[in-house]
Amino acid sequence: MRHILRQRERLADDWRYLGEESAETDPLIVPLAQLRNDPLQWQRRTGRLGVRLGPADAVDELAPLLGRLALIALEFPNPGDGRGYSQARLLRGRLGFRGELRAVGAGVRQDQAFLLARCGFDCLEPPAEMDLEALRLALKRYDVAYQPGTAQLELRRERFSAP
Amino acid sequence: MYRYDELDQALVDQRVAEFRDQVRRHLAGELSEEEFRPLRLRNGLYIQRHAPMLRIAIPYGLLSCGQLRTLAAIARRYDRGYGHFTTRQNLQLNWPALADVPDILAELARVQMHAIQTSGNCVRNVTADHMAGIAPDEIDDPRPYCEIIRQWATLHPEFTYLPRKFKIAVTGSPEDRAASEVHDIGLQLRRDADAGIGFTVRVGGGLGRAPVIGQIIREWLPLTQLLGYLEAILRVYNLHGRRDNIHKARIKVLVKALGIERFRAEVEREWQAGRAHAPQLTRAELERVRGFFRPQPYETLADCDAATGREPAFQAWYRYNTRPHRVPGYRAVLVSLKAHGAVPGDMTCAQMEGVADLADRVSFGLVRSTHTQNLLLADVPQRVLYEVWRELAALGLAMPNIGMLTDLIACPGLDFCSLANAGTISVAHQIQQRFDDLDYLYDLGEIEVKMSGCMNACGHHHVGHIGILGVDKHGEEWYQISLGGSANGFTALGEVIGPSVAQHEVAATLERIVETYRELREEGERFIDTVRRLGVTPFRERAYAAHPAAA
Repeated sequence: MRHILRQRERLADDWRYLGEESAETDPLIVPLAQLRNDPLQWQRRTGRLGVRLGPADAVDELAPLLGRLALIALEFPNPGDGRGYSQARLLRGRLGFRGELRAVGAGVRQDQAFLLARCGFDCLEPPAEMDLEALRLALKRYDVAYQPGTAQLELRRERFSAP
Repeated sequence: MYRYDELDQALVDQRVAEFRDQVRRHLAGELSEEEFRPLRLRNGLYIQRHAPMLRIAIPYGLLSCGQLRTLAAIARRYDRGYGHFTTRQNLQLNWPALADVPDILAELARVQMHAIQTSGNCVRNVTADHMAGIAPDEIDDPRPYCEIIRQWATLHPEFTYLPRKFKIAVTGSPEDRAASEVHDIGLQLRRDADAGIGFTVRVGGGLGRAPVIGQIIREWLPLTQLLGYLEAILRVYNLHGRRDNIHKARIKVLVKALGIERFRAEVEREWQAGRAHAPQLTRAELERVRGFFRPQPYETLADCDAATGREPAFQAWYRYNTRPHRVPGYRAVLVSLKAHGAVPGDMTCAQMEGVADLADRVSFGLVRSTHTQNLLLADVPQRVLYEVWRELAALGLAMPNIGMLTDLIACPGLDFCSLANAGTISVAHQIQQRFDDLDYLYDLGEIEVKMSGCMNACGHHHVGHIGILGVDKHGEEWYQISLGGSANGFTALGEVIGPSVAQHEVAATLERIVETYRELREEGERFIDTVRRLGVTPFRERAYAAHPAAA
């Protein structure tokens, strides 16, 4: 059973990646390439739909589908690859995505957790061996920031807040 | 200078706590060296040839005397009694123990200092003209904008894992003493008759492997749009900069690949589309920060002739180591860290404390570091210059060679740095020895020598009037020499004159080059102007003349 940290809570993952599903109603995360090939087929599914993007994928491509997507998973193949932070900011900001934004991969670690949350990720899926409690505690390392960020961490103070 | 408020202090304190935990986990074996590396780098900690090296941020080169005393105390307690000022206006400690670093950072935090983002693939220490606020030719003081950029860039959630390091410089004067054209982003303050003050923005400059001069991406940017526009540039870079090859990952490579027109279009599109979510720089915040950089409470003084009638040594120091100030009766004093026999940029604890005491008495308690690895006392009344000179001379900091050939820039080189191919310190000493005659140096006039121990170009060799690059040749240290580089106001990259020379030949080769200049110069012509007029050929012919066998 895979576990995730959602809204600072350790939970069993209720989502399935393509190939893991057992029923038509299972919430299902499909790779962007699959969704791109046959968007209508996936949108007709009964269960909730999510998509998984790699760091090189353009989030703008999702704009017409955002209403149907309940989850977007962005991959962090290693801690040094920071493209997912910008993808997240674009999805939460300009594209206005309100569903679950999940960071997944080897780059999701406790020392990245605070930054990920500030960029709009509300769900972290680190590698299986990672200690989720350490990740949860890491979200509390800072209670101030200079930059505008998502409200979920409830910081005491920001400085250059967005309008 | 800027003073932390509660937010600034909390953030730095919390960073110290985070880093303390990261060091603890590493020492406990929970974080491998590979995992720890990007984390420690983002806090200025390298593992060097002999020991860790800690690079402490000096934002835009400005220090209070209290901060300088703290640096001295830290260097005495945790290091070997000295520090090294760098071309990014920072201070490096070469010998701290890893386990002590969290305590060092806690001591720094107590005086509103840190080592955040002095290395790693993130936005580095923002640099500025060391004459900011006092230069007669200044349009506007760049430091408030530097401080705002420092804050915006600090632990930026989106831009902490960029493809590569990212350097920003701001200049407020037409004479670009901040070398802004060779930065990833260079901001030049401009005054427009109607619109007031704004920036011209350059992008894609940089030294290192394949040096490039930045191109103008925006002629005019209003002040309050600063952060939104920077954010747009960084986002385009973060998403599209190359990550497959460390040597192709700087923004200059992306700008070149797309072409400046297309890169500009991408940034403009991002900027316009992202406005509603961009960080805001309000007029009120701008004024708050500006308030920390108001002119000092100067006395009403008249300019006086400080030099006439004094001994020649003072007159030489006055001429070469002091600069005009915009306020009558004051001058700026350069504290030379280039004494012959010393390591360029190095300073002992006693020297730091001596300068701090002096600045407390004669320069409003502030000291600046320059990107040429000297210090500056910005606001010294002319009537005390003679006493200041005597005190600096007693500290060994009055070498009257600023701007001369031996005021050379050098990175730490192979003696300390694990990236270096060749030593720089012994070559600096060799040059200091050969050019030890001040009258000869003065006859040569202004010559900027810049030396790096490897391609990464920490010593800015590409923009030296004379550039020296250490290279490894079958395990031996050799040096490539270039001529004609410049970074202030007329930015140019130097041209390599020919094959590299052996270590023991560097100073002799320089001597043949400057002798060629002495023969070919026109009346009153500076070295760099002779090189520009004639090109490198006559220098090349002479540089190798004595040694046709140079490899």
